[in-house]
Amino acid sequence: MEAFDLIVVGGGLVGSALAWGAQTAGANVVLLDEGDQAHRAARGNFGLVWLQGKGVGTPAYMQWSLHAGRMWPEFAARLSNAVPFDIGWRQPGGLQFCLSEAELDKRRDVIARTQADGGDIDISILDRADLRDLLPGIGGDVVGASFSSLDGHVNPLYLLRALQQGLQDAGGRYRPGFRVERIDAERDGFKAVGRTGSVTGKRIALTAGLGAASLAQHVGLSMPVKPERGQIVVTERIKPFLPYATNCIRQTVEGTVLLGSSHEDRGFDDGTDVPTAATLCRTAARVFPALAEATVVRSWGSLRVMTPDGRPIYEESTRFPGAFAVTCHSGVTLASVHALEIGPSLAKGRLPEHLSSFTSGRFDVHQG
Amino acid sequence: MFTRVERNSALPAGGNVLHFEGSPVPFQPGDSVAAALLAAGASPFRESPVDDSLRAPYCMMGVCFECLVEIDGRQNQQSCLTTARPGMIVKRQHGARTLG
Repeated sequence: MEAFDLIVVGGGLVGSALAWGAQTAGANVVLLDEGDQAHRAARGNFGLVWLQGKGVGTPAYMQWSLHAGRMWPEFAARLSNAVPFDIGWRQPGGLQFCLSEAELDKRRDVIARTQADGGDIDISILDRADLRDLLPGIGGDVVGASFSSLDGHVNPLYLLRALQQGLQDAGGRYRPGFRVERIDAERDGFKAVGRTGSVTGKRIALTAGLGAASLAQHVGLSMPVKPERGQIVVTERIKPFLPYATNCIRQTVEGTVLLGSSHEDRGFDDGTDVPTAATLCRTAARVFPALAEATVVRSWGSLRVMTPDGRPIYEESTRFPGAFAVTCHSGVTLASVHALEIGPSLAKGRLPEHLSSFTSGRFDVHQG
Repeated sequence: MFTRVERNSALPAGGNVLHFEGSPVPFQPGDSVAAALLAAGASPFRESPVDDSLRAPYCMMGVCFECLVEIDGRQNQQSCLTTARPGMIVKRQHGARTLG
Protein backbone atom coordinates (compact mmCIF):
# COMPACT_ATOMS: atom_id res chain seq x y z
CA MET A 1 0.00 0.00 0.00
CA GLU A 2 1.23 3.48 -0.85
CA ALA A 3 2.52 5.27 2.25
CA PHE A 4 2.09 9.02 2.18
CA ASP A 5 4.23 11.60 3.91
CA LEU A 6 1.12 13.32 5.20
CA ILE A 7 -2.53 12.32 5.56
CA VAL A 8 -4.87 15.31 5.83
CA VAL A 9 -8.25 14.37 7.31
CA GLY A 10 -10.85 16.91 6.21
CA GLY A 11 -11.26 18.50 2.79
CA GLY A 12 -12.54 21.92 3.79
CA LEU A 13 -10.61 25.14 3.43
CA VAL A 14 -8.23 24.40 6.29
CA GLY A 15 -7.36 20.89 5.14
CA SER A 16 -7.22 21.77 1.45
CA ALA A 17 -4.92 24.76 2.08
CA LEU A 18 -2.68 22.66 4.28
CA ALA A 19 -2.59 19.78 1.79
CA TRP A 20 -1.81 22.02 -1.18
CA GLY A 21 0.90 23.82 0.79
CA ALA A 22 2.53 20.59 1.94
CA GLN A 23 2.35 18.95 -1.49
CA THR A 24 3.81 21.93 -3.32
CA ALA A 25 6.58 22.04 -0.68
CA GLY A 26 7.62 18.52 -1.69
CA ALA A 27 5.63 16.14 0.52
CA ASN A 28 3.49 13.33 -0.87
CA VAL A 29 0.04 14.18 0.47
CA VAL A 30 -3.39 12.54 0.52
CA LEU A 31 -6.46 14.62 1.36
CA LEU A 32 -9.42 12.64 2.74
CA ASP A 33 -12.78 14.36 2.28
CA GLU A 34 -15.83 12.91 3.96
CA GLY A 35 -18.55 13.90 1.51
CA ASP A 36 -21.67 15.97 1.44
CA GLN A 37 -23.03 14.55 4.69
CA ALA A 38 -20.26 16.49 6.42
CA HIS A 39 -21.09 19.91 7.84
CA ARG A 40 -18.91 21.70 5.30
CA ALA A 41 -18.32 25.17 6.68
CA ALA A 42 -16.16 25.72 3.58
CA ARG A 43 -19.25 25.54 1.35
CA GLY A 44 -21.34 28.00 3.32
CA ASN A 45 -19.18 30.90 4.36
CA PHE A 46 -19.33 34.56 3.44
CA GLY A 47 -15.94 34.87 1.76
CA LEU A 48 -14.32 37.71 3.65
CA VAL A 49 -10.59 38.09 4.17
CA TRP A 50 -11.16 40.24 7.23
CA LEU A 51 -8.48 41.68 9.45
CA GLN A 52 -9.75 44.80 11.16
CA GLY A 53 -10.57 43.91 14.75
CA LYS A 54 -9.56 40.26 14.48
CA GLY A 55 -7.74 39.02 17.55
CA VAL A 56 -8.25 42.15 19.60
CA GLY A 57 -7.27 41.22 23.15
CA THR A 58 -5.16 38.28 21.98
CA PRO A 59 -1.96 39.71 20.48
CA ALA A 60 -0.63 36.36 19.20
CA TYR A 61 -3.84 35.70 17.27
CA MET A 62 -3.98 39.27 16.01
CA GLN A 63 -0.39 39.13 14.75
CA TRP A 64 -0.98 35.76 13.09
CA SER A 65 -4.14 37.05 11.39
CA LEU A 66 -2.46 40.25 10.20
CA HIS A 67 0.39 38.16 8.86
CA ALA A 68 -2.20 36.06 7.00
CA GLY A 69 -3.67 39.25 5.52
CA ARG A 70 -0.27 40.40 4.30
CA MET A 71 0.42 36.95 2.77
CA TRP A 72 -2.81 36.94 0.77
CA PRO A 73 -1.45 38.76 -2.31
CA GLU A 74 1.35 36.21 -2.70
CA PHE A 75 -1.02 33.33 -1.96
CA ALA A 76 -3.60 34.52 -4.48
CA ALA A 77 -0.89 35.07 -7.10
CA ARG A 78 0.48 31.54 -6.63
CA LEU A 79 -3.00 30.02 -6.81
CA SER A 80 -3.85 32.07 -9.89
CA ASN A 81 -0.79 30.66 -11.60
CA ALA A 82 -1.79 27.15 -10.58
CA VAL A 83 -5.37 27.06 -11.87
CA PRO A 84 -7.05 28.39 -15.02
CA PHE A 85 -9.88 30.28 -13.31
CA ASP A 86 -10.31 33.42 -11.23
CA ILE A 87 -10.81 32.73 -7.51
CA GLY A 88 -12.37 36.16 -7.21
CA TRP A 89 -9.88 37.54 -4.71
CA ARG A 90 -10.02 41.31 -4.46
CA GLN A 91 -8.45 43.58 -1.86
CA PRO A 92 -10.36 46.85 -2.17
CA GLY A 93 -10.35 47.41 1.59
CA GLY A 94 -13.12 46.67 4.05
CA LEU A 95 -15.82 48.78 5.67
CA GLN A 96 -17.56 47.96 8.92
CA PHE A 97 -20.74 50.01 8.92
CA CYS A 98 -22.01 51.63 12.13
CA LEU A 99 -25.70 52.37 12.57
CA SER A 100 -25.29 54.36 15.79
CA GLU A 101 -22.76 56.56 17.54
CA ALA A 102 -22.33 53.79 20.11
CA GLU A 103 -21.27 51.36 17.36
CA LEU A 104 -18.85 53.95 16.03
CA ASP A 105 -17.37 54.38 19.50
CA LYS A 106 -16.86 50.63 19.67
CA ARG A 107 -14.87 50.79 16.44
CA ARG A 108 -12.75 53.60 17.88
CA ASP A 109 -12.11 51.33 20.84
CA VAL A 110 -11.09 48.49 18.50
CA ILE A 111 -8.60 50.82 16.81
CA ALA A 112 -7.15 51.93 20.17
CA ARG A 113 -6.82 48.36 21.42
CA THR A 114 -5.29 47.23 18.13
CA GLN A 115 -2.65 49.95 18.41
CA ALA A 116 -2.07 49.17 22.11
CA ASP A 117 -1.38 45.54 21.19
CA GLY A 118 1.07 46.58 18.47
CA GLY A 119 -1.17 45.62 15.57
CA ASP A 120 0.38 46.80 12.32
CA ILE A 121 -2.84 47.60 10.50
CA ASP A 122 -4.20 50.92 9.39
CA ILE A 123 -7.83 51.30 10.44
CA SER A 124 -9.52 54.65 10.08
CA ILE A 125 -12.89 56.04 11.05
CA LEU A 126 -15.03 57.48 8.27
CA ASP A 127 -17.88 59.82 9.13
CA ARG A 128 -21.09 59.99 7.20
CA ALA A 129 -19.77 62.57 4.73
CA ASP A 130 -16.63 60.52 4.01
CA LEU A 131 -18.79 57.48 3.47
CA ARG A 132 -21.17 59.28 1.13
CA ASP A 133 -18.20 60.28 -1.02
CA LEU A 134 -17.18 56.63 -1.29
CA LEU A 135 -20.68 55.20 -1.63
CA PRO A 136 -23.35 57.60 -2.88
CA GLY A 137 -26.09 55.05 -2.21
CA ILE A 138 -25.37 54.76 1.50
CA GLY A 139 -28.40 55.03 3.77
CA GLY A 140 -29.16 57.87 6.14
CA ASP A 141 -29.08 55.50 9.13
CA VAL A 142 -25.38 54.84 8.67
CA VAL A 143 -23.48 57.24 10.91
CA GLY A 144 -20.03 56.09 9.81
CA ALA A 145 -17.73 53.15 9.33
CA SER A 146 -14.29 51.87 10.09
CA PHE A 147 -12.09 51.19 7.07
CA SER A 148 -8.98 49.09 6.58
CA SER A 149 -7.15 48.69 3.30
CA LEU A 150 -5.94 45.24 4.37
CA ASP A 151 -9.42 43.70 4.16
CA GLY A 152 -10.64 41.91 1.07
CA HIS A 153 -12.86 39.12 -0.18
CA VAL A 154 -12.76 36.01 -2.32
CA ASN A 155 -15.12 33.46 -3.84
CA PRO A 156 -14.76 30.73 -1.19
CA LEU A 157 -16.02 27.98 -3.51
CA TYR A 158 -13.48 28.81 -6.23
CA LEU A 159 -10.81 29.06 -3.53
CA LEU A 160 -11.64 25.56 -2.31
CA ARG A 161 -11.71 24.18 -5.84
CA ALA A 162 -8.39 25.84 -6.67
CA LEU A 163 -6.68 24.30 -3.65
CA GLN A 164 -8.03 20.82 -4.36
CA GLN A 165 -7.22 21.01 -8.07
CA GLY A 166 -3.80 22.48 -7.32
CA LEU A 167 -3.10 19.64 -4.91
CA GLN A 168 -3.89 17.05 -7.55
CA ASP A 169 -2.04 18.87 -10.34
CA ALA A 170 1.03 18.87 -8.08
CA GLY A 171 0.79 15.08 -7.73
CA GLY A 172 -1.16 14.89 -4.47
CA ARG A 173 -4.19 12.67 -3.98
CA TYR A 174 -7.71 13.83 -3.24
CA ARG A 175 -10.04 11.10 -1.94
CA PRO A 176 -13.67 12.20 -1.87
CA GLY A 177 -16.25 10.12 -0.03
CA PHE A 178 -13.66 8.94 2.49
CA ARG A 179 -15.04 9.24 6.00
CA VAL A 180 -12.38 8.41 8.56
CA GLU A 181 -13.86 6.17 11.25
CA ARG A 182 -10.73 5.45 13.22
CA ILE A 183 -7.06 6.40 13.35
CA ASP A 184 -4.49 3.81 14.39
CA ALA A 185 -1.00 4.80 15.52
CA GLU A 186 1.48 2.40 13.95
CA ARG A 187 5.21 1.88 14.22
CA ASP A 188 6.12 4.23 11.37
CA GLY A 189 3.15 6.50 11.30
CA PHE A 190 -0.61 6.38 11.18
CA LYS A 191 -3.42 4.50 9.52
CA ALA A 192 -6.67 6.32 8.75
CA VAL A 193 -9.40 3.70 8.52
CA GLY A 194 -12.60 4.26 6.59
CA ARG A 195 -15.52 1.96 5.73
CA THR A 196 -14.10 1.01 2.34
CA GLY A 197 -10.39 0.99 3.00
CA SER A 198 -7.52 2.61 4.80
CA VAL A 199 -4.67 5.00 4.10
CA THR A 200 -1.27 5.00 5.76
CA GLY A 201 1.13 7.87 6.19
CA LYS A 202 4.06 9.04 8.24
CA ARG A 203 2.14 11.96 9.65
CA ILE A 204 -1.48 12.95 9.97
CA ALA A 205 -3.24 16.29 10.30
CA LEU A 206 -6.78 16.54 11.62
CA THR A 207 -8.56 19.37 9.83
CA ALA A 208 -12.05 17.92 9.87
CA GLY A 209 -13.78 20.96 11.36
CA LEU A 210 -16.69 19.90 13.52
CA GLY A 211 -15.92 16.27 12.66
CA ALA A 212 -12.49 16.52 14.26
CA ALA A 213 -13.75 16.67 17.85
CA SER A 214 -14.38 12.92 18.01
CA LEU A 215 -11.38 11.90 15.89
CA ALA A 216 -8.82 13.86 17.92
CA GLN A 217 -8.90 11.50 20.88
CA HIS A 218 -7.70 8.61 18.68
CA VAL A 219 -4.27 10.25 18.55
CA GLY A 220 -4.11 11.95 21.94
CA LEU A 221 -5.32 15.35 20.78
CA SER A 222 -8.09 17.59 22.04
CA MET A 223 -10.21 19.61 19.63
CA PRO A 224 -13.20 20.91 21.63
CA VAL A 225 -15.03 22.59 18.75
CA LYS A 226 -18.70 23.48 18.70
CA PRO A 227 -21.03 24.71 15.95
CA GLU A 228 -22.27 28.28 15.64
CA ARG A 229 -24.84 28.83 12.94
CA GLY A 230 -24.64 31.67 10.46
CA GLN A 231 -27.31 32.39 7.87
CA ILE A 232 -26.67 34.18 4.60
CA VAL A 233 -29.21 35.67 2.18
CA VAL A 234 -28.35 36.14 -1.51
CA THR A 235 -29.93 38.52 -4.01
CA GLU A 236 -30.22 38.45 -7.76
CA ARG A 237 -27.31 39.78 -9.79
CA ILE A 238 -27.07 43.54 -9.70
CA LYS A 239 -24.77 45.92 -11.56
CA PRO A 240 -21.68 46.64 -9.41
CA PHE A 241 -22.53 49.19 -6.71
CA LEU A 242 -20.36 48.09 -3.78
CA PRO A 243 -16.65 48.06 -4.62
CA TYR A 244 -15.60 47.22 -1.04
CA ALA A 245 -15.69 44.27 1.29
CA THR A 246 -17.96 45.04 4.23
CA ASN A 247 -18.91 43.33 7.47
CA CYS A 248 -22.51 42.62 6.44
CA ILE A 249 -22.91 43.02 2.65
CA ARG A 250 -20.67 41.57 -0.03
CA GLN A 251 -21.17 41.95 -3.76
CA THR A 252 -19.52 39.15 -5.66
CA VAL A 253 -17.57 39.48 -8.88
CA GLU A 254 -20.61 38.00 -10.65
CA GLY A 255 -23.00 40.60 -9.21
CA THR A 256 -24.99 38.73 -6.57
CA VAL A 257 -25.14 40.41 -3.17
CA LEU A 258 -24.57 38.35 -0.02
CA LEU A 259 -26.25 39.59 3.14
CA GLY A 260 -24.82 38.16 6.30
CA SER A 261 -24.61 36.85 8.74
CA SER A 262 -26.22 35.68 11.92
CA HIS A 263 -24.61 34.16 15.00
CA GLU A 264 -26.88 31.50 16.45
CA ASP A 265 -26.55 28.65 18.90
CA ARG A 266 -28.71 25.99 17.24
CA GLY A 267 -26.57 22.91 17.76
CA PHE A 268 -26.00 21.00 14.55
CA ASP A 269 -29.13 22.40 12.85
CA ASP A 270 -27.87 24.16 9.72
CA GLY A 271 -31.29 25.27 8.55
CA THR A 272 -32.75 28.70 7.91
CA ASP A 273 -35.60 30.71 9.36
CA VAL A 274 -37.54 33.68 8.05
CA PRO A 275 -37.11 36.02 11.07
CA THR A 276 -33.32 35.77 10.81
CA ALA A 277 -33.37 36.29 7.04
CA ALA A 278 -35.68 39.28 7.54
CA THR A 279 -33.26 40.80 10.06
CA LEU A 280 -30.38 40.44 7.60
CA CYS A 281 -32.47 42.02 4.84
CA ARG A 282 -33.62 44.90 7.06
CA THR A 283 -30.05 45.72 8.05
CA ALA A 284 -28.92 45.61 4.42
CA ALA A 285 -31.77 47.92 3.39
CA ARG A 286 -30.81 50.40 6.12
CA VAL A 287 -27.23 50.43 4.84
CA PHE A 288 -28.23 50.61 1.15
CA PRO A 289 -31.91 51.60 0.80
CA ALA A 290 -31.93 50.69 -2.90
CA LEU A 291 -31.39 47.05 -1.91
CA ALA A 292 -34.98 46.98 -0.63
CA GLU A 293 -36.15 46.40 -4.20
CA ALA A 294 -33.67 43.61 -4.91
CA THR A 295 -35.08 40.10 -5.22
CA VAL A 296 -33.76 37.43 -2.86
CA VAL A 297 -32.94 34.24 -4.78
CA ARG A 298 -31.65 31.95 -2.05
CA SER A 299 -30.49 31.67 1.53
CA TRP A 300 -28.72 29.07 3.59
CA GLY A 301 -27.44 28.25 7.02
CA SER A 302 -23.97 26.95 7.75
CA LEU A 303 -22.08 26.02 10.89
CA ARG A 304 -18.96 27.86 12.03
CA VAL A 305 -16.31 25.76 13.74
CA MET A 306 -15.79 27.44 17.10
CA THR A 307 -13.25 26.67 19.79
CA PRO A 308 -14.15 27.85 23.32
CA ASP A 309 -12.24 31.14 22.79
CA GLY A 310 -12.74 31.49 19.05
CA ARG A 311 -9.03 31.23 18.30
CA PRO A 312 -7.38 28.47 16.25
CA ILE A 313 -5.87 25.28 17.59
CA TYR A 314 -2.45 24.31 16.21
CA GLU A 315 -0.96 21.42 18.12
CA GLU A 316 1.16 18.31 17.75
CA SER A 317 0.20 15.32 19.87
CA THR A 318 2.70 14.63 22.67
CA ARG A 319 1.54 11.01 22.97
CA PHE A 320 1.63 10.42 19.23
CA PRO A 321 4.20 12.76 17.64
CA GLY A 322 3.44 13.27 13.98
CA ALA A 323 -0.29 13.73 14.63
CA PHE A 324 -1.42 17.33 14.35
CA ALA A 325 -4.58 19.25 15.21
CA VAL A 326 -5.38 22.23 12.99
CA THR A 327 -8.70 24.01 13.29
CA CYS A 328 -10.11 27.52 13.22
CA HIS A 329 -13.24 29.39 12.21
CA SER A 330 -11.44 31.76 9.84
CA GLY A 331 -10.62 29.27 7.14
CA VAL A 332 -10.72 31.92 4.41
CA THR A 333 -8.68 34.66 6.08
CA LEU A 334 -6.08 32.21 7.38
CA ALA A 335 -5.92 30.14 4.16
CA SER A 336 -2.83 32.08 3.06
CA VAL A 337 -0.71 31.10 6.04
CA HIS A 338 -2.17 27.60 6.23
CA ALA A 339 -1.05 27.08 2.62
CA LEU A 340 2.23 28.99 2.56
CA GLU A 341 3.51 28.32 6.09
CA ILE A 342 1.79 25.52 8.00
CA GLY A 343 1.57 23.18 5.00
CA PRO A 344 5.31 23.45 4.15
CA SER A 345 6.15 23.19 7.85
CA LEU A 346 4.12 19.98 8.19
CA ALA A 347 5.90 18.70 5.08
CA LYS A 348 9.03 18.86 7.25
CA GLY A 349 7.21 17.20 10.13
CA ARG A 350 6.55 20.02 12.54
CA LEU A 351 4.44 23.06 13.27
CA PRO A 352 6.01 26.52 13.19
CA GLU A 353 7.40 27.18 16.67
CA HIS A 354 5.88 30.64 16.97
CA LEU A 355 2.42 29.05 17.09
CA SER A 356 3.05 27.36 20.44
CA SER A 357 0.46 29.52 22.20
CA PHE A 358 -2.31 27.95 20.10
CA THR A 359 -2.31 24.52 21.76
CA SER A 360 -5.49 23.20 23.36
CA GLY A 361 -3.91 23.20 26.83
CA ARG A 362 -5.27 26.73 27.21
CA PHE A 363 -8.74 25.23 27.67
CA ASP A 364 -7.70 22.99 30.58
CA VAL A 365 -9.13 23.84 33.95
CA HIS A 366 -6.36 25.11 36.19
CA GLN A 367 -6.73 24.08 39.79
CA GLY A 368 -5.99 26.98 42.07
CA MET B 1 -36.57 25.52 -33.49
CA PHE B 2 -39.52 24.77 -31.16
CA THR B 3 -42.98 23.68 -32.31
CA ARG B 4 -46.11 23.29 -30.24
CA VAL B 5 -47.10 19.72 -29.38
CA GLU B 6 -50.87 20.34 -29.35
CA ARG B 7 -52.67 18.76 -32.33
CA ASN B 8 -54.36 21.97 -33.20
CA SER B 9 -51.57 24.34 -32.64
CA ALA B 10 -53.19 27.19 -34.44
CA LEU B 11 -53.17 30.14 -32.11
CA PRO B 12 -56.60 31.50 -31.29
CA ALA B 13 -57.40 34.73 -32.96
CA GLY B 14 -57.82 37.69 -30.73
CA GLY B 15 -55.86 39.67 -28.25
CA ASN B 16 -53.39 37.10 -26.90
CA VAL B 17 -50.31 38.94 -28.02
CA LEU B 18 -47.33 40.28 -26.11
CA HIS B 19 -44.46 42.32 -27.46
CA PHE B 20 -40.84 41.20 -27.47
CA GLU B 21 -38.31 43.83 -28.47
CA GLY B 22 -41.07 45.61 -30.34
CA SER B 23 -42.36 42.60 -32.30
CA PRO B 24 -45.73 40.96 -31.62
CA VAL B 25 -45.59 37.46 -30.11
CA PRO B 26 -48.86 35.51 -30.02
CA PHE B 27 -49.43 33.07 -27.17
CA GLN B 28 -51.99 30.57 -25.95
CA PRO B 29 -53.73 31.14 -22.62
CA GLY B 30 -51.60 29.59 -19.89
CA ASP B 31 -48.30 29.93 -21.73
CA SER B 32 -45.40 31.18 -19.71
CA VAL B 33 -43.61 34.14 -21.24
CA ALA B 34 -40.62 31.86 -21.88
CA ALA B 35 -42.78 29.28 -23.71
CA ALA B 36 -44.40 31.95 -25.84
CA LEU B 37 -41.03 33.45 -26.76
CA LEU B 38 -39.49 30.07 -27.57
CA ALA B 39 -42.49 29.06 -29.69
CA ALA B 40 -42.05 32.31 -31.59
CA GLY B 41 -38.34 31.59 -32.12
CA ALA B 42 -37.21 34.51 -30.01
CA SER B 43 -33.64 33.97 -28.85
CA PRO B 44 -31.39 34.95 -27.14
CA PHE B 45 -33.27 36.18 -24.07
CA ARG B 46 -30.38 37.91 -22.35
CA GLU B 47 -26.65 38.55 -22.08
CA SER B 48 -24.74 37.12 -19.13
CA PRO B 49 -23.57 39.75 -16.64
CA VAL B 50 -20.37 37.72 -16.12
CA ASP B 51 -19.07 37.28 -19.68
CA ASP B 52 -21.67 38.89 -21.98
CA SER B 53 -22.44 35.50 -23.57
CA LEU B 54 -25.90 35.06 -25.07
CA ARG B 55 -28.40 32.99 -23.08
CA ALA B 56 -31.84 31.39 -23.40
CA PRO B 57 -34.03 29.27 -21.11
CA TYR B 58 -32.55 26.04 -19.82
CA CYS B 59 -34.50 24.48 -16.95
CA MET B 60 -37.95 26.04 -17.57
CA MET B 61 -38.80 25.46 -13.89
CA GLY B 62 -37.42 28.46 -12.05
CA VAL B 63 -34.06 27.15 -10.99
CA CYS B 64 -31.38 28.21 -13.47
CA PHE B 65 -32.16 31.91 -14.01
CA GLU B 66 -31.12 31.63 -17.67
CA CYS B 67 -34.49 32.95 -18.92
CA LEU B 68 -34.29 36.41 -17.33
CA VAL B 69 -35.95 39.20 -19.27
CA GLU B 70 -37.36 42.63 -18.59
CA ILE B 71 -41.16 42.61 -18.32
CA ASP B 72 -43.15 45.86 -18.26
CA GLY B 73 -40.09 47.73 -17.08
CA ARG B 74 -39.11 45.28 -14.33
CA GLN B 75 -35.68 43.76 -14.86
CA ASN B 76 -34.44 40.23 -14.07
CA GLN B 77 -37.86 38.59 -14.35
CA GLN B 78 -37.92 34.81 -14.66
CA SER B 79 -39.90 34.41 -17.87
CA CYS B 80 -40.46 30.68 -17.30
CA LEU B 81 -42.37 31.46 -14.08
CA THR B 82 -44.36 34.37 -15.47
CA THR B 83 -47.70 33.71 -17.16
CA ALA B 84 -48.07 35.56 -20.44
CA ARG B 85 -50.67 38.32 -20.49
CA PRO B 86 -51.92 40.39 -23.42
CA GLY B 87 -49.98 43.56 -24.03
CA MET B 88 -46.90 42.68 -21.96
CA ILE B 89 -43.84 44.62 -23.03
CA VAL B 90 -40.91 42.19 -22.87
CA LYS B 91 -37.29 43.09 -23.55
CA ARG B 92 -33.96 41.32 -23.38
CA GLN B 93 -32.12 41.53 -20.06
CA HIS B 94 -28.78 43.16 -20.75
CA GLY B 95 -26.33 42.00 -18.06
CA ALA B 96 -27.14 42.51 -14.39
CA ARG B 97 -30.06 44.66 -13.30
CA THR B 98 -29.69 48.17 -12.03
CA LEU B 99 -31.13 49.34 -8.74
CA GLY B 100 -33.02 52.55 -8.19
